[in-house]
Amino acid sequence: MYKILAREDLAPITKLMVVEAPEVARKAQPGQFVIVRIDEEGERIPLTVADFDRGAGTITIVFQEVGKSTMHLGTLQPGDGLASFTGPLGEPSEIEHHGTVLCVGGGTGIACVYPITRSLHEAGNHVISIIGARRKDLLFWEEMMRSVSDELIVCTDDGSYGRKALVTVPMKEILEQRDDVSRIWAIGPAIMMKFCCLTAQPFDVPIIVSLNSIMVDGTGMCGACRVEVGGRTRFVCVDGPEFDGREVDWNQLLARQRIYLGEEKLAREKFEHECCSKHESSGSAV
Amino acid sequence: MPETTKTKPKRPKPGAIPRQEMPRQAPEVRRANFNEVALGLTMEMAQREAQRCLQCKKPLCIAGCPVEVRIPEFILALSEGNMPEAVRLLKDKNNLPAICGRVCPQETQCEELCVLGKKFKPVAIGRLERFVADWELGQGVETPEPLPPTGKRVAVIGAGPAGLTCAADLARCGHQVTLFESLHAPGGVLMYGIPEFRLPKRTVHAEVDYVKSLGVDLQLNAVVGKLYTLNELLGERGYDALFLGTGAGLPRFMRIPGENYNGVYSANEFLTRVNLMKAYLFPEYDTPVKVGKRVAVIGGGNVAMDSARCALRLGWQRALAKGSEPAEVTIVYRRSRVELPARLEEVENAEEEGVEFRLLTNPVEIYGNEQGWVRGMRCIRMELGEPDDSGRRRPIPIEGSEFDIEVDVVVVAIGTSPNPLVFTDAGGLERTRWGTVVADEETGRTTKQGVWAGGDIVTGAATVISAMGAGKRAAADIHRYLVGEEICE
Ligand SMILES: Cc1cc2nc3c(=O)[nH]c(=O)nc-3n(C[C@H](O)[C@H](O)[C@H](O)COP(=O)(O)OP(=O)(O)OC[C@H]3O[C@@H](n4cnc5c(N)ncnc54)[C@H](O)[C@@H]3O)c2cc1C
Ligand SMILES: Cc1cc2nc3c(=O)[nH]c(=O)nc-3n(C[C@H](O)[C@H](O)[C@H](O)COP(=O)(O)OP(=O)(O)OC[C@H]3O[C@@H](n4cnc5c(N)ncnc54)[C@H](O)[C@@H]3O)c2cc1C
Ligand code: SF4
Ligand code: SF4
Ligand code: FES
Repeated sequence: MYKILAREDLAPITKLMVVEAPEVARKAQPGQFVIVRIDEEGERIPLTVADFDRGAGTITIVFQEVGKSTMHLGTLQPGDGLASFTGPLGEPSEIEHHGTVLCVGGGTGIACVYPITRSLHEAGNHVISIIGARRKDLLFWEEMMRSVSDELIVCTDDGSYGRKALVTVPMKEILEQRDDVSRIWAIGPAIMMKFCCLTAQPFDVPIIVSLNSIMVDGTGMCGACRVEVGGRTRFVCVDGPEFDGREVDWNQLLARQRIYLGEEKLAREKFEHECCSKHESSGSAV
Repeated sequence: MPETTKTKPKRPKPGAIPRQEMPRQAPEVRRANFNEVALGLTMEMAQREAQRCLQCKKPLCIAGCPVEVRIPEFILALSEGNMPEAVRLLKDKNNLPAICGRVCPQETQCEELCVLGKKFKPVAIGRLERFVADWELGQGVETPEPLPPTGKRVAVIGAGPAGLTCAADLARCGHQVTLFESLHAPGGVLMYGIPEFRLPKRTVHAEVDYVKSLGVDLQLNAVVGKLYTLNELLGERGYDALFLGTGAGLPRFMRIPGENYNGVYSANEFLTRVNLMKAYLFPEYDTPVKVGKRVAVIGGGNVAMDSARCALRLGWQRALAKGSEPAEVTIVYRRSRVELPARLEEVENAEEEGVEFRLLTNPVEIYGNEQGWVRGMRCIRMELGEPDDSGRRRPIPIEGSEFDIEVDVVVVAIGTSPNPLVFTDAGGLERTRWGTVVADEETGRTTKQGVWAGGDIVTGAATVISAMGAGKRAAADIHRYLVGEEICE
């Protein structure tokens, strides 16, 4: 059992959890992920290492409740345990002194880009960050991102906070204004990453994305996570999750994310039904 | 051989008793459930079968068994009704008998060499082994006393048959053993690959519990190469020796166009979803799997048979629940029936259950629809030419014989190789160009000081019992290396 030590609700459906996993924390690096299994019946879901504390022996995860497993995870409280917590998996980000770098995080992707941004900043890069969400109440970690960036731009799709824009708009402006950006990290929903890559295309800057394909083991033994990058089939869990986004077959990734839409709906409905009836009978108001 | 063989009871004439067949679920029933196909012998049948053994003075059967099970001795104890003694004799060499009794290819190992097989059918050694092991599991398993602690620490990596065997033998000798496993459950292929209907998972759990009861410290969710590296285990973590039993878990694809369409699975993924993650119990279990109307399984080995039979069962479950048509499941194999590498018994089981076979056929391209889903497969007919290195006749495509078949799920079961993850920071460990580890066949020693290896990681995909044999030989050599003595019996 891997104990949940703390939790925080960052946004209506975005939760943070601090999990006791000293061995994982000892090895984790920015860009890596863990595979979480809640209980005996649970599936194995990949979640990015949003932070790690080697001294305290903890890993922080941030997740959005999008289906059965993440909704179930969201009902857990400090003191509860997770059946498995496997990691750190995937290759770490290439943290070096690149010069000026651009870090873009969208939605839950803000949590994924944060440890990378922090390390890039510590490595002496001039870091310009852009974070975005659909609405104000979905934004989080603005101050944390500010503390590890030289410049920070905040935007929302509906203009309820910061600039009213998609993250690609300030991204394009920055790339037009300055020619010293030597690398971009863009992490968020697949569709956002795809458009960030299209935006960066004319400027010929490497753009690193973190792919969120469906996974099972996370160690290279199943091939569920495969996607074509630069015309070659790559396994996201071991060859990635970071790739040069200019080479990713986005349509294939997007199609492969939809394999289980029907099953996901069924599982979610069953969970909502059971979860609600349980809460009604126990009279709890969650 | 010990005394027991001398005091032979009066036995029936060779061949007087027919080989006892094991009751099985009827094909029409079993194709729609995941319960075990073979139901096991009764005590009466087992003892009758045991009587068939000639108690040879020089038992040839033992030479066919990679772990040299004391076959005539345990069979004699069984025929005399001394079950605890039968268990003791069986487990003296085999730590996982309930598993081997079920999945060993006996027909090409111990039973192939049984003298009775020259004129009659061989003694059903595997079935008897299964019977004795199941009897013990029913009684509650006894743990042998380990020897006094040696103070030596060994890390065993991978909890498949090779690792479990090696760990158990070393623990019995008094070494402190940590067994690292990357998945959330021990067993290796026994858990994620071989389906419930051939090897019930409670049997695997029971045999793993036995290994744990010997004092082996099992660390799950521990991906070596990521969480720890080999050099760390040998260095700062202070292990005196390492055994690598991480198998051959990397799936091979065909490298034909269209292989990444939705609905194309590696057999590893398909079987892991179904077996380890229990997708056949979805949505009670969270992990889903897709079974379309027409499933093509590419390959002809045990893995292909298991994939096809899982798909068939999922299709029938759905048909019974929803009143729809069952799925059509077809094995697509490039040679002919005699070359099928799967066990004959499993081929026959699959046929009885309704799996179709398209032999002398090879896929060349997979087609998809606009949503990225598989809709068809282009195949080419094959003919057999001269024998190749493997001794089987080489399949040659017949030019211009391409044809299309409709499919919506494809399972690729054309082989696996060792997963390289474990080799991070493992300098000095030599590997072949197939990615397998170079190790001495007799001792399991690798080219890296303090590191042994055995099982599929050395041989490439092979068998449960050969992996166990390798684990055993390595344990003996590790013991020799650590304390300078031959392994305790
Ligand atoms: C390397 C990696 C890192 C990730 N990091 C984060 C993170 O830090 N925070 C976060 O909120 N999400 C992250 N994800 C996505 C997260 O794994 C999925 O949201 C989660 O698995 C959904 O499970 P569910 O049952 O709640 O939803 P479902 O109902 O199963 O699915 C909802 C959507 O999630 C996607 N999904 C489903 N199953 C998986 C799976 N096994 N693996 C990946 N995606 C899946 C599907 O495309 C689907 O459209 C990451 C994914 C990957 C591959
Ligand atoms: C579907 C299928 C059916 C089969 N049917 C039969 C049969 O009927 N009869 C038969 O005799 N043989 C059969 N085989 C073959 C047999 O299962 C294998 O030969 C045998 O399991 C090999 O044992 P192993 O211990 O070498 O490896 P495995 O069983 O593969 O076990 C290796 C273990 O190591 C773990 N591991 C891998 N990498 C790491 C890492 N980096 N860190 C930690 N742990 C790691 C894996 O998760 C796994 O648990 C079948 C195989 C398959 C796939
Ligand atoms: S372990 Fe396998 S090969 Fe050895 S005797 Fe038993 S069934 Fe035969
Ligand atoms: S060879 Fe056959 S008959 Fe002889 S001891 Fe072995 S099992 Fe019995
Ligand atoms: S998740 Fe199985 S290979 Fe990547």
